[in-house]
Amino acid sequence: MSDNAGKEQGLQAGTPVPWRGIWVAAERTGERAADVTLELLAKARVLGDKLGAPLAAVLIGYHVDGLAGELIGHGADQVLVVDHPELASFTEEAYGGVLAGLALKYRPEIILAGATLMGRAYIPRAATILETGLTADCMDLDIDPKDRVLLQTRPAWGGNLFATIVCPLRRPQMATVRPHVFKKVLPDPARQGEIVSISPEAEWLEHRLRVVESVKDDAGDECRLYGAKVIVVAGRGVEHEKDMALVKELAGLLGGAVGGTRPIVDQGWLPERLQIGQSGVTVSPRLYIGLGVSGAVQHVAGIKDSEIIVAVNKDPDAPIFDLSTYGLVGNVGLILPELIRQIRLEKTGRVV
Amino acid sequence: MPLNIVVCIKQVPDARTVRFDAEKGTIIREGVDAVINPVDLNALEAGLSLKDALGGEVTAISMGPPQAVEALRETIAMGVDKGVLLSDRSFAGSDTLATTYILAKGIEMLGRFDVVICGKQSMDGDTAQVGPGLAVRLGLPSVAYVKEITVLNDGGLFRFRRETDSGYDVVEVEPPFLVTVPPLLNTPRLPSLKGKMRAKKADITIYNANDIKADLKKIGFEGSPTRVVSTAVHAFNARKEMLSGTVEEQVRALIGRLKEAGLL
Ligand SMILES: Cc1cc2nc3c(=O)[nH]c(=O)nc-3n(C[C@H](O)[C@H](O)[C@H](O)COP(=O)(O)OP(=O)(O)OC[C@H]3O[C@@H](n4cnc5c(N)ncnc54)[C@H](O)[C@@H]3O)c2cc1C
Ligand SMILES: Cc1cc2nc3c(=O)[nH]c(=O)nc-3n(C[C@H](O)[C@H](O)[C@H](O)COP(=O)(O)OP(=O)(O)OC[C@H]3O[C@@H](n4cnc5c(N)ncnc54)[C@H](O)[C@@H]3O)c2cc1C
Repeated sequence: MSDNAGKEQGLQAGTPVPWRGIWVAAERTGERAADVTLELLAKARVLGDKLGAPLAAVLIGYHVDGLAGELIGHGADQVLVVDHPELASFTEEAYGGVLAGLALKYRPEIILAGATLMGRAYIPRAATILETGLTADCMDLDIDPKDRVLLQTRPAWGGNLFATIVCPLRRPQMATVRPHVFKKVLPDPARQGEIVSISPEAEWLEHRLRVVESVKDDAGDECRLYGAKVIVVAGRGVEHEKDMALVKELAGLLGGAVGGTRPIVDQGWLPERLQIGQSGVTVSPRLYIGLGVSGAVQHVAGIKDSEIIVAVNKDPDAPIFDLSTYGLVGNVGLILPELIRQIRLEKTGRVV
Repeated sequence: MPLNIVVCIKQVPDARTVRFDAEKGTIIREGVDAVINPVDLNALEAGLSLKDALGGEVTAISMGPPQAVEALRETIAMGVDKGVLLSDRSFAGSDTLATTYILAKGIEMLGRFDVVICGKQSMDGDTAQVGPGLAVRLGLPSVAYVKEITVLNDGGLFRFRRETDSGYDVVEVEPPFLVTVPPLLNTPRLPSLKGKMRAKKADITIYNANDIKADLKKIGFEGSPTRVVSTAVHAFNARKEMLSGTVEEQVRALIGRLKEAGLL
């Protein structure tokens, strides 16, 4: 890169280089930037303005430069592109190696990434190579301007505790951040930014994993739970298998995903990968709707980070109501069709 | 080909007995049972079934307070050959960076290792950072969220199906490597009677900071770049509202709330 990036970050020969600037490690969904990346750019812009620091997006992959414009439109001053055939498939080693290599060379003070499966697989490798602190799965970020410290708030204990964490003495300060926590801004196509392409050093790219096959598998209503904004969960109070179609319909109307409690999975009404809870997946949607879910600890362990919990249960004393934001007491068989009717009306103005 | 398999396990407070102190913003430690982090049982099962298939030895290793010896005994009852506890007052306060350093120094004491298995994440710290970080410390490739394990070439090559954000990848790697596993990978075996007998008598190796020749600047509080500045208990039902009326009225009220929250 580098002259420009160097200047931007205050590089000068012979003097110790301060760590300056915020980076967002970009991710893709298909040919576009992932939502979480755009959300992070919006937030990082605000943090960067508090620090008076430039914002760069880091784009790692092969044939990915097409995304740079989108990243600039969403707030990046610079896009650092590392485009290489060895990066065509994701491997923790090479992606972690490239990010760490770049950071050692260009010294950002903050690196943010999505707390996606991918982010959580490779960002810890980069942080370990850099011997710096990494805060997992943040739900809020702020700056303490006094010493340019990033305040990172994250849930622990399945959402029962929130901890605010800092990394005062080492740089970069690194965090992975939940999808859907921050709002992306409307892109500004007129925004100007600089695209810097960087050729990676051979050792950054070293990896021993061979990716044989990469399969997309988020067909239709069984879209993925992890990162879903809305999740509708079927519990045993969904009494008939045919009602599962209604559960899916409701999720579809809300642009969300379907999950189930263990009995629903055990009955074969949903595949195992959609089981939510201690022995299934942990989810963190903005909206969780539990239909006939009792609220057993093993299930609740996987849903506590949900922002709004809505419970429908015929038993007013069901434990799920202890942690729900809104409770509806009644029969799922009646409430579910009514929910669909009214939401459809709301969305389309049509009854059917 | 017999393999040396290392499984990392963490002793955590039992989720079923944990209560939270809203005023102090911490968990209440009294009366809490300690258990093996649930997904680490799946990691153990993965290690033990590899040994069943290929032969070799399974070592369970844990960093924790002296009472974590009990967790290691439990793994021996499940069929683990050897338990190693890394325990020293100076380890206290370790964040994930310091934890991976300590675990790596401990694992290096074992001599050869081919496969290192971690759970995907712990119930308490819940960062999912220890596995990938430990791999860097040990100079290993890592594969996160392994959902299916296929042994090829008599253990000379492994094929994994691993979850990704958009579906799944099939990847291959030769030992040595590190994997992290999710709960749905398998069903952990129960301790056998013979195992329980063996566990009672088993010697658990305990190493302190000196034994593993740890650099004191890299462990515990001093070796941890992150600092927890505050914790708070999350109040779930602070906004709890039971909606009333007929089915239609309850649903209408709900939709109003969801619109306010920008969800509709
Ligand atoms: C080691 C272990 C791990 C586990 N892991 C998980 C896990 O990961 N995920 C998980 O979900 N479970 C898990 N479980 C099971 C868990 O303990 C509960 O059994 C399960 O969550 C209950 O599912 P449920 O709420 O659908 O069913 P139930 O507990 O049977 O509750 C059904 C609820 O629906 C209500 N209801 C019934 N009919 C209607 C109706 N017509 N209209 C409205 N309401 C109605 C009832 O009042 C009741 O509250 C685990 C258990 C163990 C021991
Ligand atoms: C509220 C709270 C928040 C925290 N947040 C952070 C944070 O953001 N960043 C940070 O760096 N640290 C954080 N920590 C510290 C962190 O919990 C400890 O470093 C802990 O030793 C390991 O991390 P973990 O529990 O998250 O493990 P995870 O990375 O979630 O564990 C994954 C797997 O690693 C293995 N493993 C983990 N710990 C051990 C162990 N002690 N012995 C053997 N195997 C083990 C197990 O196989 C486990 O299943 C936090 C702690 C608390 C209490």
